[in-house]
Amino acid sequence: MKILAMDTSNQPMALALVEDNRVLSEKLTNEKRNHSVQLLPMIAEMMQEVNWTPTMLNRVVVAQGPGSYTGVRIGVTTAKTLATTLNIELVGVSSLAVLANNIDQVDTLVVPIFDARNDNMYAGIYKNNAVIWPDQHTNITKLIANLTEFNSKIIVVGEYQNFVEQLTASFAERITFAKGLANLPKGSSVAQLGTAKAPEKWPHRFVPNYLRVSQAEADWQAKHPNEIEKDYVEEV
Amino acid sequence: MSIILSFESSADETSVAVVKDGNKILSNEIATQIKSHQRFGGIVPEVASRHHIERVTILVDEALADANITYADIDAIAVTYGPGLVGSLLIGVTAAKTIAWAHNIPLVPTSHLAGHIMAARFVKPIEYPALALLVSGGHTELVYLPREGAFEVLGETRDDAAGESYDKVGRVMGIAYPAGKTIDELAHQGKDTFNFPRAMENDGTYEFSFSGLKSAFINTYHNAQQRDEVLNKENLAASFQAAVVDVLVNKTAQALDHYPVKQLLLGGGVAANQGLRTALANLLANYDTEFIPVPLKLAGDNAAMIGAAGEIFYRKGRRGTYDLNADPSLEFEEY
Repeated sequence: MKILAMDTSNQPMALALVEDNRVLSEKLTNEKRNHSVQLLPMIAEMMQEVNWTPTMLNRVVVAQGPGSYTGVRIGVTTAKTLATTLNIELVGVSSLAVLANNIDQVDTLVVPIFDARNDNMYAGIYKNNAVIWPDQHTNITKLIANLTEFNSKIIVVGEYQNFVEQLTASFAERITFAKGLANLPKGSSVAQLGTAKAPEKWPHRFVPNYLRVSQAEADWQAKHPNEIEKDYVEEV
Repeated sequence: MSIILSFESSADETSVAVVKDGNKILSNEIATQIKSHQRFGGIVPEVASRHHIERVTILVDEALADANITYADIDAIAVTYGPGLVGSLLIGVTAAKTIAWAHNIPLVPTSHLAGHIMAARFVKPIEYPALALLVSGGHTELVYLPREGAFEVLGETRDDAAGESYDKVGRVMGIAYPAGKTIDELAHQGKDTFNFPRAMENDGTYEFSFSGLKSAFINTYHNAQQRDEVLNKENLAASFQAAVVDVLVNKTAQALDHYPVKQLLLGGGVAANQGLRTALANLLANYDTEFIPVPLKLAGDNAAMIGAAGEIFYRKGRRGTYDLNADPSLEFEEY
């Protein structure tokens, strides 16, 4: 089984080519460049290096969000287009689970975080590779309240810089923060998580897990609480 | 002979088409988001991007099925990479690039503006030199086409686009976005009684300005409201439309006087406006120039027009690479 795995959900871009659980190629960039400019050339280059052509792929795995809306959409559009145009398997994995997968510690609460500005964040709580508190758009206060309910050691991973002070103040004796490269997604993790999952039944309907409605829609829903969500897009 | 698969996603329509030889539509799938953005009174970029990603691959399969072709039949993939909303453009660009790579098909980056103008190819072959009036919700431009594939912008709007002014005036009158069609219909039942200003009409340029007209309209409307006076909606619409059409026709006439051309092409969403089509047809009676207004169903955004423009660039050798990015402020590219 030949797998192409990608994560473009935030500034880092992580890619891997994996065959039968063996990593043939893995790349990571972490610079302020557009994913739309970098992603496909890098996929093409990696594929060429291992002598794969697109039609040889069996499965595409993509980090489906949460993260930067545009970043996630670049990866998801590339992945779902590849899967549908080549008629191959598509699997989506959580972008937060990809980060949590970097931490290999038993019975520890692993807390992947993406900074969503101000006090807001995307976060989840994982333990022994299982979800304890599902990925969500939340804030530091709510995260701390939830972590207080558990007694295990905590390790925080990802974009936690702006939350270190508050987290340390709350959990000084049992919290640590992942170092260096452990805070960046790995393409091989995307592939590993995606190998374990069943492929999407309807790849055409595959969309990002934004975990947040757009501001305009949130405002509109607040003003129209009784309006039933309908299909707003029509083919003409 | 060529078969082109084309993509358009610059604003609130997702569209994928198959075009043969640049002038025959084999399929033209269009998913419009108008109902969604009507909730907000105009396009919300983030919402638009989310809708594009829901639809794009479905439309590809439909376009191929309706054209009764497979990837092996496709000579090139043309895609709108600008101008437009960056998040929206990126969905079409990303999908198009990915398919180009997956099937090893040449990629042809195409301007949305060139697409609107080249939609005329579906009516009849374009004869050069030609002049194009492009009027839409985002653009108002007079473009000179000295030869195939070349576009010289003579003038454009300095503020609002013509279609944008329709939407803003429509919002004041309580007309749902997009307001152009309703105002056009109202205008035909009224008379130009308000004499709104015609901006920059005789300033010697081919530039446009519609923000003064919009302000004059809104002031008139609000002043009447304050006096509890109800203005005749039909006359308001007729007066507003007359001001827009007068300026567009007048500037087109000035351009025709300086640039004798074989054809005048009218494209863009506002090209569906009956008042504008009639006025330009009347104007052309005085010129030795053929009038080719875009067919009504191809006036709005669609991918077939991108196939029509893309075919020219494809034939002339233009190719995109896999690092192609969206360019929200792209004008015309020459090739």
